[in-house]
Amino acid sequence: MYSDKVMDHFNNPRNVGEIEEADGTGSVGNPDCGDIMKLTLSIEDDKIKDVKFKTFGCGAAIATSSMVTELVMGKGVDEAEDISNSTVAEALDGLPPVKMHCSNLAADALHAAIKDYKEKKS
Amino acid sequence: MNKIYFDHNATTPVLDEVFDAMLPFLKEEWGNPSSIHWAGRVPKKAVEDAREQVAAFLGCSPVEIIFTSSGSESDNLGIKGVAYAKKNKGNHIITTKVEHPAVLKTCKYLEKEGFEVTYLNVDSAGMIDLGELKEAITDKTILITIMYANNETGVIFPVEEIGRIAKEHKITFHTDAVQAAGKLPIDTATLPVDLLTISGHKLYAPKGVGALFVRRGTRVVPIIHGGHHERNRRGGTENVAGIVGLGKACEMAAADMESERAHLEKMTTRLEEGIKEKVPHVYVNGGGSPRLVNTSNISFEFIEGESILLGLDMHQIAASSGSACTSGSLEPTHVLLAMGNTAELSHGSIRFSLGRINTMEEVELLLDVLPPIVERMRSMSPLYAGSNEPVVFKR
Ligand SMILES: Cc1ncc(COP(=O)(O)O)c(C=O)c1O
Ligand code: FES
Repeated sequence: MYSDKVMDHFNNPRNVGEIEEADGTGSVGNPDCGDIMKLTLSIEDDKIKDVKFKTFGCGAAIATSSMVTELVMGKGVDEAEDISNSTVAEALDGLPPVKMHCSNLAADALHAAIKDYKEKKS
Repeated sequence: MNKIYFDHNATTPVLDEVFDAMLPFLKEEWGNPSSIHWAGRVPKKAVEDAREQVAAFLGCSPVEIIFTSSGSESDNLGIKGVAYAKKNKGNHIITTKVEHPAVLKTCKYLEKEGFEVTYLNVDSAGMIDLGELKEAITDKTILITIMYANNETGVIFPVEEIGRIAKEHKITFHTDAVQAAGKLPIDTATLPVDLLTISGHKLYAPKGVGALFVRRGTRVVPIIHGGHHERNRRGGTENVAGIVGLGKACEMAAADMESERAHLEKMTTRLEEGIKEKVPHVYVNGGGSPRLVNTSNISFEFIEGESILLGLDMHQIAASSGSACTSGSLEPTHVLLAMGNTAELSHGSIRFSLGRINTMEEVELLLDVLPPIVERMRSMSPLYAGSNEPVVFKR
């Protein structure tokens, strides 16, 4: 039911873990099914130097988490902020319709982490 | 890599003997059993022979067996059929919170039709309280429908006691024995039940065939109206091949019951002991109750079930999960929630249901591949200790 890309990210997830003393942290729970993601960012000069994730969730949740870290790595904060759940889903060659909500988890965690960073900065 | 199937409560393979018995009725013996001419004779006899096989398996008379299209249809017929037949006597039905949807949704439907339904609770071990059942009975209670064994946890309910209570109060008692049939000896000659549901595909017969035992003297109003089939209780030209398959499967289940039970019990015990020994933070759901010898439902703390299933599938191992992420409805299974499990623990539940095709070697293989899968998922989980700041989950 999942694309090869999803299975690749599920089997070899990129950037698993947690950055200590992160510049931005986003922890979100998925209101639909109850899954949880925590994303941590290390940022220098508004550029994402490092990103890590931890996810409690289904295969699609883990794959979208992994994919979102790959998409934002090295990007400017403002550019990263434009990444939406559909960007992540498309980068994975699509998700089954019942699993589209899982990609919200990844996008929401990212946006929460960036918000946290901006709040900390100001 | 060999394929390993640990999902027999979902469905079972068709046994060779069952397939062979069915084959003529998909080929040369295609006649209608209702026809009086030559083409109908052999199919008619085959249906009646199968009825005898099913009746022998359940310890009843052939006239007490109605063939249906599924376990779901048998549940619908048993419940709606009795509810409508007895609606002048009362409108109250008692069931449990952990029934299969074929029973639960039928009861929900009847609520809309003016019936009142009490859904009994279960404790943390998945067991009902007979005291609560007795208290729920009113002079309007016409039907008790409580499953024999639970499909998700394998927990076996005390149907004999329930039947006695029902009898004392002159209440009709239906039990969904879809998961119990073939795994537990069932003898309606001594078991005080009025109606009992079985399904072919949980019993090594094909999908799309089931049966309902209706004790003589129990009236059911048909829900499928049609011809004179099944003594006017279920319209529709018989699924002859399916019925023949069900008959053969019942005969084989009875013959092999004891050896199969011993085989299954050994494997399930090893599986459970092995997982408890090798994987920390696991819970056996229903572990404190009597359970079917083939079913083991285990919650792995801090992780989600679908991801475990995907990991197992990489090793060609099939099982199932009660996780919200696999349910389609995005709700965790009602059975584990009724047992008071948190959503998180239900999330990480995996059901292993073994069957006659399994071997001890397959169980050992599972015990080799499962612990690293669980460890890998936990290393990614924000809930697992080792995460410096575990996320507190708010629902
Ligand atoms: C306890 C129970 N009742 C009823 C059913 C429904 O049977 P069928 O699939 O034949 O409709 C099932 C099968 O999932 C079951 O496990
Ligand atoms: S995170 Fe629950 S369905 Fe994907």
